[in-house]
Amino acid sequence: MYAFNYHKPASLEEAAELMANADDGAYLSGGMTLIPTLKQRLASPSDVIDLSGIEGLSGLSLDGNRLHVGAMTRHADVAASTAIPALADLAGRIGDAHVRNRGTLGGSIANSDPAADYPAAVAALDATVHTNKRSIAGGEFFTGLFETALAEGEIVKSVDFCVPDSAAYEKFPNPASRYAVVGVMVARCADAVCVGVTGAGACAFRATALEEALSADFTPGATDGVAIDDGDFNADLHASAEYRAHLVAVLTKRAVARLI
Amino acid sequence: MASQNGIGAAVKRKEDARFITGMGRYTDDLGAHGQTYAMFARSPHARAKIVNIDTAAAAATDGVVAVFTGADLKADGIGDLPCGWLVKSKDGSDMIQPPHPPIAVDAVNYVGEPFALVIGETLAAAKNGAEALSVDFEELPAVVDLASAARTAQIHETVPNNQCYDWELGDKAATDAAFEKAHHVTRMDIVNNRLIPNAIEPRAALGEYDAAAGSHTLHTTSQNPHLERLVLAAFVNVAPEAKLRVISPDVGGGFGSKIFVYAEETAVIWAAGKTRRPVKWTAERSESFLADAHGRDHVTHAELALAEDGEFLGLRVQTIANMGAYLSTFASSVPTYLYGTLMAGQYKTPAIYVEVQSLFTNTAPVDAYRGAGRPEATFVVERLVETAAREIGMDATDLRRRNFIQPTDFPYETPVALTYDTGDYEASLDKALAHVHYAAFAQRRDASEAAGKKRGIGFSCYIEACGLAPSQVAISLGAGVGLFEVGEVRVDVTGSVTVVTGSHSHGQSHETTFAQIISEKLGVPFENVTVLHGDTGRSDYALGTYGSRSLAVGGSAIVKATDKIIAKGKKIAAYMLDANADDVEFEDGSFNVTDSNQSLTFAEVAFAAYVPAKYPLDELEPGLSEKAFYDPPNFTYPAGAHVCEVEVDPETGVVEVVQFVAVDDFGNIVNPMVVEGQVHGGLAQGIGQALLEHGVYDDTGQLLSGSYMDYTMPRADDLPSFTVDTTTTPCTHNPLGVKGCGEAGAIGSTAAVINAVTDALGVASIAMPATPETVWRTARGE
Repeated sequence: MYAFNYHKPASLEEAAELMANADDGAYLSGGMTLIPTLKQRLASPSDVIDLSGIEGLSGLSLDGNRLHVGAMTRHADVAASTAIPALADLAGRIGDAHVRNRGTLGGSIANSDPAADYPAAVAALDATVHTNKRSIAGGEFFTGLFETALAEGEIVKSVDFCVPDSAAYEKFPNPASRYAVVGVMVARCADAVCVGVTGAGACAFRATALEEALSADFTPGATDGVAIDDGDFNADLHASAEYRAHLVAVLTKRAVARLI
Repeated sequence: MASQNGIGAAVKRKEDARFITGMGRYTDDLGAHGQTYAMFARSPHARAKIVNIDTAAAAATDGVVAVFTGADLKADGIGDLPCGWLVKSKDGSDMIQPPHPPIAVDAVNYVGEPFALVIGETLAAAKNGAEALSVDFEELPAVVDLASAARTAQIHETVPNNQCYDWELGDKAATDAAFEKAHHVTRMDIVNNRLIPNAIEPRAALGEYDAAAGSHTLHTTSQNPHLERLVLAAFVNVAPEAKLRVISPDVGGGFGSKIFVYAEETAVIWAAGKTRRPVKWTAERSESFLADAHGRDHVTHAELALAEDGEFLGLRVQTIANMGAYLSTFASSVPTYLYGTLMAGQYKTPAIYVEVQSLFTNTAPVDAYRGAGRPEATFVVERLVETAAREIGMDATDLRRRNFIQPTDFPYETPVALTYDTGDYEASLDKALAHVHYAAFAQRRDASEAAGKKRGIGFSCYIEACGLAPSQVAISLGAGVGLFEVGEVRVDVTGSVTVVTGSHSHGQSHETTFAQIISEKLGVPFENVTVLHGDTGRSDYALGTYGSRSLAVGGSAIVKATDKIIAKGKKIAAYMLDANADDVEFEDGSFNVTDSNQSLTFAEVAFAAYVPAKYPLDELEPGLSEKAFYDPPNFTYPAGAHVCEVEVDPETGVVEVVQFVAVDDFGNIVNPMVVEGQVHGGLAQGIGQALLEHGVYDDTGQLLSGSYMDYTMPRADDLPSFTVDTTTTPCTHNPLGVKGCGEAGAIGSTAAVINAVTDALGVASIAMPATPETVWRTARGE
């Protein structure tokens, strides 16, 4: 780890100001990605701005059919929540107990790791990401590999999700890291069927071809024969793009089977 | 009456209280006054010439104490790291050993090879210094693919075709003749995947130099501190043996990877003398991945010739073994004398011929890893046998029975240089089949099928040669050292006992099991026995722990020493009781005069030995402390039957191990709980090789599986609850009748898993590890 200036601001305004004044600042949320990166000397921020001292950024609250989740809410707290069982299930399958007790929703989505779990829910549950500056539609939040719509210095305050009629998350974990090789959340909100996919591509996305097929016929068999374009899919030691595309179909089918 | 905590009792481990409460003392826990920290600068290239290293900026970095390159070590007379086993090629020529400087001098040959050492007042300073090194590398094309490594660029100037040796074992003509009369020949191409050991404690070293005494002390994570000292003194020229003390304190796992003498501790102990400051180095996990010796990595073509009734007629094996970039300490012996010699397995195959070509590649050195050669041999034999059974339409267990060496055949001389002393292979198989409910397998398969899954069962009847080793046999085959062990039993004045063993525990529980032996033999309470190990300053020259040898060889040495204690105790008791020494018997901790009611406790005799009031000191020395060296007359031959049942999800390719039965014959057992733990760990590693673990380099020699993000360590939820049982044919040639259990799990299990997976899929073979995508593709016929 290289030396850096550590700050623990008490407000979002102070945090943003510290970031604006830093040569090369980094926000610290749960630290589940940043800390190992620092320890391996893979990042050398001049200033680390710890967001954990800012009040009001954590906790869950239900408002009609929207579930608000504060950005600093730990995975373990989401896993223990009841409003959206599929979201709780997803959170309970992130990393291990240590990670779930430290890692946060905001930190996860701001990092836009292609293999993180939460992005599948952001994509599938008609989410809105609220920042210190604006609100961003879930479908527009993830823009690429470790890239989001967040502007320089922008801080995620909370995310709200639609409470679906039903939803299920199917995950195919990387056998080594237990990140998602592919994760699929299938959700039914009113008449719409949403299929949020993580792990397969550069960032989370909605599988529109599968959604169309399932909107017409919400049965596991409806996904058979739906072409999944793996042209931009990830490929690594554990899974080729072709295999990932296959898993998207299989996991979608399994999620649907759990919902009927 | 055996002592309550004697041989055969499942005594809880003495070690556990300190380990589970964080009171273990590992090398990294130690510190010395004025300690500095070492950071190794490692090659980013798989193969490159070192054109120039500019150390000026590194040396000028804040907190940097010293910067050393390979040239500095060389100039100071530090020698190359040697390989301790000379293997000869078919034509009688010696293997070619390329120079292996601890710190690279002119060239680097694998990613992670150290080319400089930076010493800092803090670790951060050492790291900053290492980053400030300016190095001019001239990159060269890397040799990575093993199968073609003999036909590509030459890595070492002195090694044409990158060939270390081209070795053979067995009767070629007889084997070829056997194949000519075969009714059926099973042929297989087999790749034994590269593994990365991953002990929980990374390697570490703390080097200290005492200028007043002119002596060095090295604390390090070694499985064999005496060997470390011998090599550093006699070959590397760090210091004379008498001026170098090597201590292995608590060590968290080795699996073979801590047998070897590595660059890092060599450089650290040398630098301590050079800088006159203690120097500490602890590997980070990424360094362990890059620079610990890896395991396995063979490409093999194998053939089994059978008669019409299934009788094995001959076995032919051609293997290319990966040595990595340099010869590690025992690398040459692993794919030869620990591999070819095991090809008879449990069978009466009359003719066997094995050829092994060992090649260098631009990858980390490969050496012994749990089982060392024997898992690779078992995999070849047991995959062939299972496949042959399927090809000729015979039940795989029946084919094995048809060819087993029978209990009446022992001692049995194999065609590949070993003489098995004892065994009952069918007994283990029978017991395993009962545990696995083999007769009901078809029903279970149907049930899986109905649930959309594919179920398979696979067997592996393995043998291993352990208890390394009869020194004269090993030396005649090229070993550079003897392989005996030393044991010292010091009876204290009050009758408690301190054992000093040359074996080293890095998870094996010697503090417990060796105390059980003493308790059994001397009747001393288990709690009153202390076992010391891992210090060249405490024990005589010894060979350490690997090859499942601690109990069979180290334990036997302790037994020999206790025999001497008893013999002397009888003499002392005889004087004290005015009896004839021949009339004194020792039983249950008492010296008794036969046909009398006179007796003395062990403690009374011990006290008398040190307060020698009643016996003539010109005839009998005071004291009660004895030492013995034990050199085994033969290897031991643990053997067993492993059965694996898997369920495959054909949609995703995920393999679930639903049942695993291991029935092993380890001879007599000192502590069944410890043995069960050893088997569990071995099974995890063997199953890990089959399904999960893979050391992978890309075409340019970059390690792709260099962290736990990509290298799949087996975890509890990857494994079923094991069924572990034993059969017993005591070893015929050591005083405990023990065979060793440390490696069996890793040796036997891998083939059983792959046999089960191929059975489930109905395919002839599958690549290891059988990862989900590999299984999915194989199931699709790709």
